[in-house]
Amino acid sequence: MAETVVQPSRSRDLDKLLLRPGNIIGNNFDPGQELRDDLAEYVKVLVVGAGGLGCELLKDLALSGFKNLEVIDMDTIEVTNLNRQFLFRFEDVGKPKAEVAAKRVMERIRGVNIKPHYCRIEEKDIDFYSDFSIIVLGLDSIEARSYINAVACSFLEYDSDDKPRDETIKPLVDGGTEGFKGHARVIIPGVTPCFECTIWLFPPQVKFPLCTLAETPRTAAHCIEYAHLIKWDEVHSGKTFDPDDPEHMKWIYNEAVKRAELFGIPGVTYSLTQGVVKNIIPAIASTNAIVSAACALEALKITTGCSKTLSNYLTYNGAEGLHTKVTEFVRDKDCLVCGPGVLIELETSVTLQKFIDLLEKHPDLLLSKASVTHQGSSLYMQAPPVLEEMTRSNLNLPLFDLMGKTSKGTIHVTGTTSKNDTKTSVLRKLRVFFKGVDGVTDMDMAGGA
Amino acid sequence: MPGSSLFSGSQPNTSRQSPPLRYDDLMLGMVLGAFRIAILMLWEFLEMGLVGILAWILVWVLGFVCFEFFLVVQYCGKGGKMIKLFKVKEKQRELAENANGKTPVKKQSAGELRLHKDISELNLPKSCVISFPNGKDDLMNFEVTIRPDDGYYLGGTFLFSFNVSPIYPHEAPKVKCKTKVYHPNIDLEGNVCLNILREDWKPVLNINTIIYGLFHLFTEPNYEDPLNHDAAAVLRDNPKLFESNVRRAMAGGYVGQTLFPRCL
Repeated sequence: MAETVVQPSRSRDLDKLLLRPGNIIGNNFDPGQELRDDLAEYVKVLVVGAGGLGCELLKDLALSGFKNLEVIDMDTIEVTNLNRQFLFRFEDVGKPKAEVAAKRVMERIRGVNIKPHYCRIEEKDIDFYSDFSIIVLGLDSIEARSYINAVACSFLEYDSDDKPRDETIKPLVDGGTEGFKGHARVIIPGVTPCFECTIWLFPPQVKFPLCTLAETPRTAAHCIEYAHLIKWDEVHSGKTFDPDDPEHMKWIYNEAVKRAELFGIPGVTYSLTQGVVKNIIPAIASTNAIVSAACALEALKITTGCSKTLSNYLTYNGAEGLHTKVTEFVRDKDCLVCGPGVLIELETSVTLQKFIDLLEKHPDLLLSKASVTHQGSSLYMQAPPVLEEMTRSNLNLPLFDLMGKTSKGTIHVTGTTSKNDTKTSVLRKLRVFFKGVDGVTDMDMAGGA
Repeated sequence: MPGSSLFSGSQPNTSRQSPPLRYDDLMLGMVLGAFRIAILMLWEFLEMGLVGILAWILVWVLGFVCFEFFLVVQYCGKGGKMIKLFKVKEKQRELAENANGKTPVKKQSAGELRLHKDISELNLPKSCVISFPNGKDDLMNFEVTIRPDDGYYLGGTFLFSFNVSPIYPHEAPKVKCKTKVYHPNIDLEGNVCLNILREDWKPVLNINTIIYGLFHLFTEPNYEDPLNHDAAAVLRDNPKLFESNVRRAMAGGYVGQTLFPRCL
């Protein structure tokens, strides 16, 4: 076999990474032209958020050899974004972030294809997300991350040995920044901890007691929150406060100033008002650049296998000196979102009542007084009495019908187990598999798309 | 566990003895190997005779064949496994286009599941009743009616609305009092000053504890954390006047400038 001449690409450095063998590589790394071409042709990456992290991510990914990108963001550009969201100009204020970002990157980098989506992440079907090889997050709230995490983990399927099936794993790379601090983490459902496994890491949010706001404010933030939470309802009862409406914000600011004067508290400014009401922390460009660079690199490493991936949580702190640390968090086996759950095989004729009785005897569960829920719908609730009445009629129906007549599904049960004479209440996830549906007799044969 | 076959974690890549060889390296290896055998054969022939030579050749050739086979198998690795899996998945999806049982449409958040657990374990006293105005499938928005059986508010009926967020229990539920009440810790807009609803909320608390906390507000109103400072002042300075104000308000009358609807 003659030596084939590999065409060099526009990126000399990408060639060095993808065309040559190495020692610190991922498993089954096969360097060569095919790998580099597949990266451009087959890999689709979704960037969630086109703000501080999103702009940097689009630039980094496009320059790293990814050619099929999509970006989703529901916001429009504001003047305060311009210090770090470098793809936007003063003339763009008011336009959708996703569309302007996509346009600018495509203008600058030849060959890349970016499809923008100006909408909320909840408005997209699950099928939309299943198209992508990897999803990179540049979000700013816990709710949004929790949602995307739930979507990515919903694709995950386990085989009968409770091992994750490789082709159903959808990796996520999550980045976040706040002032001088930031983090980047790799989430591989079924292997590394998912977002819910580690949600306890977040400290509780700072909330002032309402009575302090009402009676004894001491800081400028107290005055602002008083105007925001209490005074607004008193004067505009019924009208919801819109933090993006400058008129509303001005009203809050004026009320906060009056209150501060009453109590002799200094420091109420319009920008502090915006910060407290919208929970804004001042953002700087360098933190965003550092964190998104780490995320883009991980995306490249995961898809190509050209090096070992981050395992699995990087924290960065530039406030005093500069400090980074990588911690390897461990998955929660009982996680409700990404865990395998207990596998239960049933006949299609089993009624809900029989299923509940079965749970009591199942060796892994020993769950008594079980309440059952499936995809948001309560199938049977033991308490309170009003719900017990509403769901009693389901007890005689076959579980197969109640779960939408599909061969398998996920179901959650809560109840009490007694271990060593102590009763504890538990919430468990179950994988239910119905035998004999569509001629499929084996759990592993029932592969999903 | 960390480091499955797909994504290597922190441990070094010790499963392979050497980096993968390219085909030209293989050729070079084979040529050098053959050369070496030729030299050895010549030397053996001079020493041992024909049988010795044949034995040597057999051993060396066998060993060499095994070694090359091993290398070739190693070389045919599937590289960029992530991308390969993606291609496999595409084919799978094309084949299974008309399969039923597609991925679920409705997403159930971890918050909903934890709320489901809390609700199914509710252990309320007779004076507190829970109701679900949106039916059994919307547990995130419900109402609780409290009828205090003791204290200043005996005989009254008070309605509270609960709104639970998808990231429960990371965030406390939002509770508002829907009944206009003359109370030092509840203002006229329905905001409730209860520490566990705001600064003292912890994820280990649940709906039961909140309802008990609300119940406690009626049996033991507190003038030290006032939202309604007039009521708090009256309770502190003149409890008898406070009692009669509460009775008048619950019966549907005026206290000061404010008219309270009847809630007995």
